[in-house]
Amino acid sequence: MKLSAIIREMGFEVVAGKDYPDRTITHGYVSDLLSDVIANARVNDLWITLQGHPNIVAVASMKELGGIILANNRKPEVQTIQKAEEEGIPILLSALSAFEVVGRLWDLGISGSTKNAEKI
Amino acid sequence: MNNAGIGKIQELIYDLSVGDVMKKDVISISPDISMYKLKEVLRKNRISGVPVVKNGCSVGIISIEDLINWLTKKSAGSSVKDWMTKNVVTVYEDEKLIQAISLFDQKGYGRLPVVERKEKKVVGIVTKGVIIESLLREIEIDYHEEEIRRYRMSHFFEDVTADSVTIGLIYQVKGGDVMNGGTVAGNIKKTLKRLDIKPDIYRRVAIAIYEAEMNLIFYTDGGEVSVYIKPESICVNVRDHGPGIPDVKDALRLGFSTAPNWVRELGFGAGIGLNNIQRCSDKMIINSTVGRGTILDITVNMDTL
Ligand SMILES: Nc1ncnc2c1ncn2[C@@H]1O[C@H](COP(=O)(O)OP(=O)(O)O)[C@@H](O)[C@H]1O
Ligand SMILES: [Mg+2]
Repeated sequence: MKLSAIIREMGFEVVAGKDYPDRTITHGYVSDLLSDVIANARVNDLWITLQGHPNIVAVASMKELGGIILANNRKPEVQTIQKAEEEGIPILLSALSAFEVVGRLWDLGISGSTKNAEKI
Repeated sequence: MNNAGIGKIQELIYDLSVGDVMKKDVISISPDISMYKLKEVLRKNRISGVPVVKNGCSVGIISIEDLINWLTKKSAGSSVKDWMTKNVVTVYEDEKLIQAISLFDQKGYGRLPVVERKEKKVVGIVTKGVIIESLLREIEIDYHEEEIRRYRMSHFFEDVTADSVTIGLIYQVKGGDVMNGGTVAGNIKKTLKRLDIKPDIYRRVAIAIYEAEMNLIFYTDGGEVSVYIKPESICVNVRDHGPGIPDVKDALRLGFSTAPNWVRELGFGAGIGLNNIQRCSDKMIINSTVGRGTILDITVNMDTL
């Protein structure tokens, strides 16, 4: 599913990445532990987290993730947004809990990363 | 054109918005002016059609074809509103180029007025010509920057004459500088990409360096990351001057972490950093002496998957 369509369906607030080319998203990953995301998320995944500090952009960029969703009304730091704009990483905000974000994304056809799939 | 060029154009038409490429100083006319006047406007500006605009909003479009119809039939009225095409299709300035292109393609339109979303005022116009011009301009800019840089660098190994060639890159990491965590890994990744290293290789190297860089930031007063790129492998050396790791075997255990609370609150300190490094490298050696420092050596072979 196109990220623009996901944003529309989910009503995410876009705080970084409005001007990037649209991308197709098929999978997602949830974690607040950065090394866990590094170990288990896959290229192009949507990453759902509560962390809002600039290092999430470094991780997303390193892993070439499709975007970051901050759940539960979390707001990113200003530097996070700046960095995300530089790196081309979309940051989306939601008032829903991580659980609900994932549930609704799953309904839209975005699923989890398959266990033994190529991870890096 | 080569494949890279075509791919680039496909990317651009999804990337650029109509507003980026449209002709802004758009010539338009009012619906109430006469067809005689229209003829003058088209002739003077050497254009084949114009949007018809009332109070800033698009109400129609009129072209040479309509002018010819009027000249041959001369029936009905003689103002623009009697001959223009109403129900004109417009595009929003924030829509992607692909939208305009598919309208040209499907409906055979020659030009589309561009309107802004709020008040629907006409702010520009796009034609096939305008789009082609902008695409050519964009790919040229691109070639002159990143593509040429990448091309030159990717031929580095071939262009240098020596029995063996190694590119060395050295970076300093400041202890405690959490804000800039990942900068070194990011810069190395960018450089490896320019050298045309395969994605699975540069990703593994970048991830391993990211974890090592964060460890320097959290646990040491800073250190040095050296990367040696050879045709057959990439070797990374990360060194610091303390405090050292008392028991490397312990530190390698999944989940082992001495990270303080503030570090854990940021989502670090999961105790999988060193494991991530190990997983990403073909060879990893840690030498650590308490009070002296830690030396981490990583090798990633170019030909492995
Ligand atoms: N360069 C280093 N100097 C001192 N201690 C280190 C260094 N790198 C790692 N360590 C120790 O090894 C532990 C495990 O590291 P790591 O696997 O990266 O997990 P984490 O950073 O999440 O704790 C750290 O908690 C720390 O005690
Ligand atoms: Mg670590």
